[in-house]
Amino acid sequence: MALRQCAIYGKGGIGKSTTTQNLVAGLAEAGKKVMIVGCDPKADSTRLILHAKAQNSIMEMAANAGSVEDLELEDVLKVGYRGIKCVESGGPEPGVGCAGRGVITAINFLEEEGAYEADLDFVFYDVLGDVVCGGFAMPIRENKAQEIYIVCSGEMMAMYAANNIAKGIVKYANSGSVRLAGLICNSRNTAREDELIMELARQLGTQMIHFVPRDNVVQRAEIRRMTVIEYDPKAGQAQQYRDLAHKIINNKNFVIPTPITMDALEALLMDFGLMDEEDESVVGKTAEAEAAA
Amino acid sequence: MSQTVDDIKPSYPLFRAPEYKDNLANKRSTVEEGHTSERVAQVFQWTTTEEYKELNFKREALTINPAKACQPLGAVLCALGFEKTLPYVHGSQGCVAYFRSYFNRHFKEPIACVSDSMTEDAAVFGGQKNMFDGLENALALYKPEMIAVSTTCMAEVIGDDLSSFITNAKKEGHIPEDLPVPFAHTPSFVGSHTTGWDNMFEGIVRSFSLKTMDDKVVGSNGKINLVPGFETYLGNYRVMHRMLDEMGVAHTMLCDPTEVLDTPADGEYRMYAGGTTQAEVKDAPNAIDTLLLQPWQLPKTKKHVELVWNQPATPINIPMGLEWTDDFLMKVSELTGKPIPASLAKERGRLVDMMTDSHAWLHGKKFALYGDADYVLGMVKFLLELGAEPTDILCQHANKRWKKEVEAILAKSPYGKGATVHTGADLWHFRSLVFTNKPDFMIGNSYGKFIQRDTLHKGKEFEVPLIRIGFPIFDRHHLHRMTTLGYEGAMYILTTLVNAVLERLDEETRGMGTTDYNYDLVR
Repeated sequence: MALRQCAIYGKGGIGKSTTTQNLVAGLAEAGKKVMIVGCDPKADSTRLILHAKAQNSIMEMAANAGSVEDLELEDVLKVGYRGIKCVESGGPEPGVGCAGRGVITAINFLEEEGAYEADLDFVFYDVLGDVVCGGFAMPIRENKAQEIYIVCSGEMMAMYAANNIAKGIVKYANSGSVRLAGLICNSRNTAREDELIMELARQLGTQMIHFVPRDNVVQRAEIRRMTVIEYDPKAGQAQQYRDLAHKIINNKNFVIPTPITMDALEALLMDFGLMDEEDESVVGKTAEAEAAA
Repeated sequence: MSQTVDDIKPSYPLFRAPEYKDNLANKRSTVEEGHTSERVAQVFQWTTTEEYKELNFKREALTINPAKACQPLGAVLCALGFEKTLPYVHGSQGCVAYFRSYFNRHFKEPIACVSDSMTEDAAVFGGQKNMFDGLENALALYKPEMIAVSTTCMAEVIGDDLSSFITNAKKEGHIPEDLPVPFAHTPSFVGSHTTGWDNMFEGIVRSFSLKTMDDKVVGSNGKINLVPGFETYLGNYRVMHRMLDEMGVAHTMLCDPTEVLDTPADGEYRMYAGGTTQAEVKDAPNAIDTLLLQPWQLPKTKKHVELVWNQPATPINIPMGLEWTDDFLMKVSELTGKPIPASLAKERGRLVDMMTDSHAWLHGKKFALYGDADYVLGMVKFLLELGAEPTDILCQHANKRWKKEVEAILAKSPYGKGATVHTGADLWHFRSLVFTNKPDFMIGNSYGKFIQRDTLHKGKEFEVPLIRIGFPIFDRHHLHRMTTLGYEGAMYILTTLVNAVLERLDEETRGMGTTDYNYDLVR
């Protein structure tokens, strides 16, 4: 089986890292050989696989060693649960340097060192919340991730973010082979959430590949720095992640997304009661003016 | 084809030898896959037309041969003008190699300037560590008494904060707390070399003004401060000192690199020589006023003089040509109460005499010119005073207000009627203008020589000779030691211009039995 490279995007705090690690555990359980590349200066994309607080990142070790050229692959690549390979790009402290450049440097290093040449079925890039600059689009540049999964939930901002990410994918999709492969709904238990995300997926030209229900076992596992599949393989939530993993293995639905307009998105949100009809008459009016009216 | 040690020929004339000509022609026909020489000639002719000029001026997304350089280049020149000061550029080292070689080629002098050589990890984590090591090493190796820090694009794009880096370097003991380390953010993708000079100068004077203004009294030292701006004619620093000395006006040249850019060959290498002292910079707020010799390029400096030093920063024009030198001297006289001495009045008289002696040759001659904002303005003014006619006037980095100012000056003179002012345009635009409007001469830096070659290629009658005044001048020696300001500078410009006219006339009248009836001994 040829190597498949997938990138996970989505609004900050939506549960990208948790979902990625749990579904990767599901893939590993199914016998797939997987590598996770954390593309976030916080370097917390692999802790549930490695049972560690945070992994030594490529950039951190490069800074200690003097430069990236002084590193070897073994220094930065850790192996965790069921042989899952883990690397973290890392990056600077908040407020200094250039985190985006860190992602570029780290991924270039992995390529040069042959990290992708090993016997691998999947590589997953876990990318920081907002694609703020070119560096965070590195995983979807040519010859890297070709499947993008967007984690979202039935909340207004998560859906705005998903639509924006779709816009970003279009830019790269038109000139390359990167495709949107589906939305993963990480439930927040809002009303008609599954229908809403399915409708958003339809309008974006893609699918809701899986609906991951909310379950406290995820948090219990996280406290133990484990995935649900490892912590409690019999739990219902573990099966959910296995299902997601199998859907990804069998996924053939790769599209150039059709991002929707702001108006269309707002109409969708209104249909599902997440947003009220806009009252144009109150725009720009102070409380005082309204009281007087 | 091989050369012998006793008779080594340079590329010219070597490559004109038959074996080289054959070889090059062979290479061209077999591997270069170039267009035919007919096609090349056809396109060349097209680039000289009015039609091409129209298209050229519609250009939006491309600069060809910019008539300006980048900010840190200016910052480095500024730093060189202060005593025992090391210019330090925070960022990538190739940029600094460029600054050094650019000045080397112009001044024919070694240029001391260091880089902290940011590499890939510095681009990710920020360059603080480079700065710590860089400042410490620079101090240990080169023992400067001041380090003036500017930046390259790399540091600017990732947002490195010089102020905190320098403070941290001092706190952590990499350099002593009391070592002056002024700084300026100088992104190359904003403004030009003159912006960088202004930024660095403001950074230096600001660092010496912080918390020290309480005991300063404007006028208490009885001096006049002069700020030269991005000035590469060493004679201009010297003439200012001389004129003010002759007036008996105590003064400080704030930034004076004349010594370090003109060191003698006496067996001793001087990394530092001369320059404005720290004591002079500290004392500068006590002066009567600070005059900006190139005001168009010094907006930040002007603000500092007005708001921090509380001096009037009396507006002047660049003291170039007759009237604006008069204005400058009268302004100094007014500010200090010192009369203009007979020696300067006599010098002025000599300039006027020279102008009248040469006016017949310069009258009505057409000049296209380009360069920095203040210099171009001054040159236009002086050309008009000489009765010469500017045709196309180009300054790439100047703003709309500057354009209006030049147009106002042109409007006041009968010789300014045919001129057009261009801002934001480059030397490829200028090339079009030289072809279509055909001035008699161009005035500019060395890069203009390629336009001269192109005009000659079109035909001898289309050739527009270049008169080298400006920066950089890489292909003629020692012109940087000349003077363009004051009466003395006007004499140099006048001499250069009129002799270029006469040189050209001789060239045209050298035809035996055809034009040599006018190949006169006396001009």
